[in-house]
Amino acid sequence: MTTVFKKTPVLTDTIMHYCPGCGHGIVHRLVAEVIEELGIQDRTIAFVPVGCAVFGYKYFAVDCVEAAHGRAPAAATGTKRVNPNNIVFTYQGDGDLASIGAAEIVHAAHRGEKITTIFINNAIYGMTGGQMAPTTLVGQKTTTSPYGRDPEHCGKPLRVAEMIATIEGAAYVERVAVDCTPNIIKAKAAIKKAFQCQIDGKGFSLVEVLSSCPTNWGKSPAEAMDWIKSDMIPYYPLGVKKDRTNE
Amino acid sequence: MLWTNIFAGFGGQGVLLIGQLLAYAGMYEGKNVSWLPSYGPEMRGGTANCSVVVSDEPVASPCINMADCVIAMNRPSLDKFEANVLPGGKLFINSSIIDKKATRTDIDVYYVPCNEIADSLNNPKVGNMAMLGAYLEATKAVDSKSVLDALLYKLGEKKAHLIPLNEQAIELGKASVRDQIK
Amino acid sequence: MAKKLMKGCEAIAEAAIQAGCRFFFGYPITPQNDIPEYMSARMPKIGGCFLQAESEVAAINMVYGAAAAGARVMTSSSSPGVSLKQEGISYIAGAELPCVVCNMMRGGPGLGSIQPSQGDYFQATKGGGHGDYHLIVLAPSSVQEAVDLMHNAFDLADIYRTPVMLLADGIIGQMMEPVEFHEHEQKELPAKTWAVTGWKGDRPRSIVNSLYIEVDELQEMNDRLQARYKEIQEKEVMVEQYKTEGAEVIVCAYGTVARICKSAIALCEAKGVKVGLVRPITIWPFPEKELRAVMAQPSVKREITVEISAGQMHEDVRLAINGMKPVDFYGKPGSYTPTAEEIADYILKTREA
Repeated sequence: MTTVFKKTPVLTDTIMHYCPGCGHGIVHRLVAEVIEELGIQDRTIAFVPVGCAVFGYKYFAVDCVEAAHGRAPAAATGTKRVNPNNIVFTYQGDGDLASIGAAEIVHAAHRGEKITTIFINNAIYGMTGGQMAPTTLVGQKTTTSPYGRDPEHCGKPLRVAEMIATIEGAAYVERVAVDCTPNIIKAKAAIKKAFQCQIDGKGFSLVEVLSSCPTNWGKSPAEAMDWIKSDMIPYYPLGVKKDRTNE
Repeated sequence: MLWTNIFAGFGGQGVLLIGQLLAYAGMYEGKNVSWLPSYGPEMRGGTANCSVVVSDEPVASPCINMADCVIAMNRPSLDKFEANVLPGGKLFINSSIIDKKATRTDIDVYYVPCNEIADSLNNPKVGNMAMLGAYLEATKAVDSKSVLDALLYKLGEKKAHLIPLNEQAIELGKASVRDQIK
Repeated sequence: MAKKLMKGCEAIAEAAIQAGCRFFFGYPITPQNDIPEYMSARMPKIGGCFLQAESEVAAINMVYGAAAAGARVMTSSSSPGVSLKQEGISYIAGAELPCVVCNMMRGGPGLGSIQPSQGDYFQATKGGGHGDYHLIVLAPSSVQEAVDLMHNAFDLADIYRTPVMLLADGIIGQMMEPVEFHEHEQKELPAKTWAVTGWKGDRPRSIVNSLYIEVDELQEMNDRLQARYKEIQEKEVMVEQYKTEGAEVIVCAYGTVARICKSAIALCEAKGVKVGLVRPITIWPFPEKELRAVMAQPSVKREITVEISAGQMHEDVRLAINGMKPVDFYGKPGSYTPTAEEIADYILKTREA
């Protein structure tokens, strides 16, 4: 029999708790495969967030630190400064990174901290039950914007990748999506480049991943993937926002 | 032996420095010392003061309310701290810029023309050292050699050439109070 | 080694370095800026790392990350900044990581003042953040003692895997006193097998975490912490007793205030009244047994607590004395440092009452 797919050993055998159709499982696999392919499993430290990926330490087969809400980039800074040879990454959602942890992510980039951030943008707070995030689209209904996000009341969604790209210390910033196979392949390439950026000591790297949350969006998994394409990508354009890895 | 002191003046008069020199000198002589500055906005151009304790015994409180000696380099300092001299204690007044006399009669008062002494040495910065000289003469709390050792430590070798000037200021300060000592 | 005249903040920073601290994360706030400034000058020269964080919140989380990696790490701040750090301190306690936090207390609440205060006693000794936890809290009353306690602080943190706080008032930080840096015998410390250093398959994966979603798992963690706190209470109490034998009045005070009390005791002595002092050096664990034993002496008629607060440590004093003899409090909240004369007057007046 021919093996056509084999789970990477950088993921544990623990069954993930994510909802059907959730993008976290896909992104976990991509990150783990990249760690395996780069041969850095034995020196990688994962910083997992408060949010749906809070149990990330059960899934990534590397040393892990559970950070306080939004503080992963600061905590990761502490570890990286102690052991610069470690490959340190944070895995954060949009409530964690773009709201409560906005200062920490901006200043990790500002210092050119040699860490990598995987930023999951699914336009909503997942774990707490579907509240509005800074990334929630205009008009999008959530449990704390029941009439749809009103930009007069709470502004327009925050474009994190573009914002981080303006910071000198950011060496590599790209936005990707996991709505379809071609985009998933591109997402993996971006994640790999972001880790390579850290291995080469170029500076801070961030990959923003547009991801699905069918449960809190009130959609089926297939509808959720379609919504990424129809509604999210037009507001959050995909592509490389900053690349000075060749400098 | 226990000397509790309050050094007060306005920023730039070097009151914190002469307080520190006294503390260093005491330490060099094997005594117990503490130096506590007032800090905060008053550091920035307003009045500055520090409490200095020199003692044979371990220093109990470094915060001095009633002092054996008060050194007042300007008028506000005299107004503020005259009442804080212990009965029988000593009050040193920079008579060059304080036209007021002390009102207390239960203490020894010394008038030190700090600015005139500094002017006579062509260096307005050493008025504080003249005051410290007067203090040393009246109290014998520490030896002036220890003070000069401390000053050398603070100035560093590069500025060691300033030592003779400061020594002169100390000597003139001492001389200025010699006939005031009872 | 010859004595050096040093400002408290600088001496504390140097003592931390001599105790093996190589990582410092902080944020400017008066009156403790001499600590980060000293660290910023020294750390690059000894292969350590000083980093000025974007906030107090970030600084304590950097401490969390560095401690997770197994480093000896420290942060310092003053009251409002320490409030901001409480989230991180709770996580560090929950994740069972060692670190040292220095608080140079200033007046509060809110922005308060920058003058010395002791208003953070509750925050320091009762946990400070959310959850059932304690820090070991060391309260020096001189620059030399602050220096000596820094070695204890890092060792205690490593032994008990807990944050340790050096709680000082602004006077300790700003005052200059002669200090000697003694050679300290390095205790044998437990290996940091739990640190995240990269998993090579030769040990279980290291997971630094304070999340225990199952009730019984969280219970187990809390039981472990409480057992550790009990051990600390039994083994690590430090207290100074000054002229307590045969005293009529016992004063209880910590930090610089305790020294002002010593001056007050001398003033009382001059009037023929014997007053003793119990000075907790660890304010958590609080020296309950020691204070009780002193109070049980037949000569002792009453106790007076003196603090720059509305009477925070006084609550622990009352719990310890537990009605055995009358207690009183002297002090004010905010930043007013009582004078030796005022304290002596209060002691003499209270005694006659």
